[in-house]
Amino acid sequence: MKLFPIRGGIHPDYRKELASEKAIVSLPMPALLYIPLQQHIGAPAEVLVSEGQTVKKGQMIARGTGAVSAPQHASTSGRIKAVTQIPAPHPSGLAQTTIVIEPDGKDEWAELPEPIADPFTADAHTINERVAISGIVGMGGAAFPSAIKLNLGTQKKLDTLLLNGAECEPYLTCDDRVMREHADEVIDGARIMAHALGVPRVVIAIEDNKPQAIEAMTLAAKPFAQIEVVGVPVQYPMGSERHLVQAITGRETPAKKLTADIGVVVHNVATARAVHHAVRHGRPLLSRVVTVSGAAVRETNNIEAPIGARVSDLIAYCGGFVVEPASLVNGGPMMGQPLPGLDVPVIKGMSGILALTAAEINAQPASACIRCGTCVTICPCGLVPVEMAAFIRKDNFEVAARLGVMDCVSCGSCSWVCPSHIPLVHYFNYAKGMINAQERERRKNDQTRVLAEAHTQRVEAAAEAKRAALAAKKAQATAATATEEKASA
Amino acid sequence: MSLSSINQSGPFTHAASSVQKTMFMVLLALIPATAYDLYLFGWPAILLFTVTVGSCVMVEAGCLILVDQPTKAAFDGSAILTGWLLAMSLPPWAPWWIGVLGAVFAIALAKHTFGGIGQNMFNPAMVARVALLVSFPVIMTAWTMPHPLFSASAPGLAEAFNITFGAGMPDSVSAASALGYVKTELSRGIPVTQSMAHVPDLMDMALGTRAGSLGETSAILILAGGLFLMARRIISWHTPLAVMGSLFLMGTLFHAVDPARYTDGMFHLMSGATFLGAFFIATDYVTSPVSKRGQLVFGAGCGILTWTIRTYAGYPEGMAFAILLMNSLTPIIDQYTRPRAFGRTQKGEPLPLGEKAK
Repeated sequence: MKLFPIRGGIHPDYRKELASEKAIVSLPMPALLYIPLQQHIGAPAEVLVSEGQTVKKGQMIARGTGAVSAPQHASTSGRIKAVTQIPAPHPSGLAQTTIVIEPDGKDEWAELPEPIADPFTADAHTINERVAISGIVGMGGAAFPSAIKLNLGTQKKLDTLLLNGAECEPYLTCDDRVMREHADEVIDGARIMAHALGVPRVVIAIEDNKPQAIEAMTLAAKPFAQIEVVGVPVQYPMGSERHLVQAITGRETPAKKLTADIGVVVHNVATARAVHHAVRHGRPLLSRVVTVSGAAVRETNNIEAPIGARVSDLIAYCGGFVVEPASLVNGGPMMGQPLPGLDVPVIKGMSGILALTAAEINAQPASACIRCGTCVTICPCGLVPVEMAAFIRKDNFEVAARLGVMDCVSCGSCSWVCPSHIPLVHYFNYAKGMINAQERERRKNDQTRVLAEAHTQRVEAAAEAKRAALAAKKAQATAATATEEKASA
Repeated sequence: MSLSSINQSGPFTHAASSVQKTMFMVLLALIPATAYDLYLFGWPAILLFTVTVGSCVMVEAGCLILVDQPTKAAFDGSAILTGWLLAMSLPPWAPWWIGVLGAVFAIALAKHTFGGIGQNMFNPAMVARVALLVSFPVIMTAWTMPHPLFSASAPGLAEAFNITFGAGMPDSVSAASALGYVKTELSRGIPVTQSMAHVPDLMDMALGTRAGSLGETSAILILAGGLFLMARRIISWHTPLAVMGSLFLMGTLFHAVDPARYTDGMFHLMSGATFLGAFFIATDYVTSPVSKRGQLVFGAGCGILTWTIRTYAGYPEGMAFAILLMNSLTPIIDQYTRPRAFGRTQKGEPLPLGEKAK
């Protein structure tokens, strides 16, 4: 298959060999599970259970609310110990409502929805409905509710489902292992998704540094002519949705549009596996494979962990730390987020837990920019990081926005390559936050102005009406007087 | 546990790159040419080179103390590089104070008054060279033929001290550079076609057995250093190719029109500081555009201006002037040569749906 080049990119030290040969293992059920209501983009779920209640494995314990949301399920059977506030796996470390389950050790299944016997004759709505109630979200990290993306077939003209198995982040091997060990499930899930989307073609893109995954997936896809497994060049950030679409189809997604606008929907391989479970077995999303890696952890692993297990449970399973990690990262080292601590739970979008040493991070104090221009050369989005950073340093967000800071995907390539160790992505994230805040403020002001104007108009209208009424009364009175005068005359 | 970087965005990994590494890589690339040139011009050149580089580091340290910054930065390689390039652009037998004064011009005036590393608008070494050239035109154009170390004509160490720190260069050894010779002859009404017979042939010029500054006399070794930097991805081919391509093109074109008035493209390439300028000075990060397209424009500008100055202006060599002039255009070039952003047109509008990017 002919591939298309993507702009820029880098070749970081991948260090996937740390975990890539470790087969997926199941985490022994921890003593407590912490299931946050918000593990996805969109509105948090709404609690359906109360303290002390017993729940079964797979039972819905919180339901989705609003247009963009996802429900949560009990990852095992047990008792609801509390519904409380605990720190979320987010850099802020802020607390969010979380359901705490005390497992009873029986792992008893709840009554699950019936498997959809023949998904390829079922209508798209049935499948989407199943995906939605199964709490499936994008498992590559973004955690966008999958059912909404599967529904795009009804709104856009689509031709391709692109399954993202690039896994371009260093260290991470969870998708690699899923593809190697569960290729049939992934392929089946992909076929179901393609059916729901109404697309004739499925392309599964895997970076060339995962030859076993490519082999396993090619073998599993063999019976299906519509599915093509493609090795793509090892070039970070190949797994970025828009860049992968460009590499595979040559189509460039216009700014402010979705890949669906140019006919392609992208899903992660692990998401496809979750869809397979939901449709074929009625099982909601209860666990995910997490890569635990980094030089600070005693034993690296790919762990199938129940949603809600704490990071500390996984680290303990891996034998703890050999040295104190300099950083704990949720996700890959390029785009991952710092974990606020070990007590936070595993959530649906958590692909990796990295315990990194200072040597691996190689952080150094930033020095002056020497304008080497490497950030410009490697930016996969065609931006000018050096220039944007200069304006952001002066808090000039207007120019930064004009230079395209909102188009930045925060892939981290510029920060990684910068010889002066300037934290460029940090600058851009800061600017994006500020610009969004300013935008919100502006909208609020606009709204206030509109309301104030309406109020003034109403007041004026009322005053006008009053004046008119008064004038009419006066006129009437005058007319009456005149009539009287006339009469008396 | 200590999570010191908790408040900083990723990435949590970094390329093994640093400013210091970059600078020392450039210095490494300069070593072969420099060593050979120092051998060619002997002890006086070695003394001047040492004085110039040493002064630059000292002035840098002094400036850093003035602005209350750690003096460690004086040894990050950038001041050494500036001094090194400056030394390579001086007449090898110039007196010591030329090097010291040059260091003050380069580091104090051209670099630190603008805010230090990364902030200077103009290439410090070239500012110093031009300031010295217009201030001391006689000394700055007093070239000498090579007197290789240990050869019969080479000055000994004591004699060299006298040349660098004492009486100066004896008049008897002065020689014109090829560019200077052709220019002088032309001004006397002798056509290029005739004067070219008396300049060293291209092979001598490439090897460096001719009069000129250190950096002008070993095109082949400079080229080797430049190719090394390209291989290490410190520089790309854009700037050097644009500089040399445009210079060659201008030379060839005009030579074809009037061979008696204009020297040919090959002569332009091999003479003067073309190689040093193209590979080591026009590629200076701080003072050249950041995008590849910008570097092509910048390089072409340097080449065309160099040719123009060499051909029409009062000075025989124009590389330093050309680069400084183009330095001043860098912010503007940067502004007009930004890459096309993903999903947008060159103008920054979102791509229209259903059409491919141009």
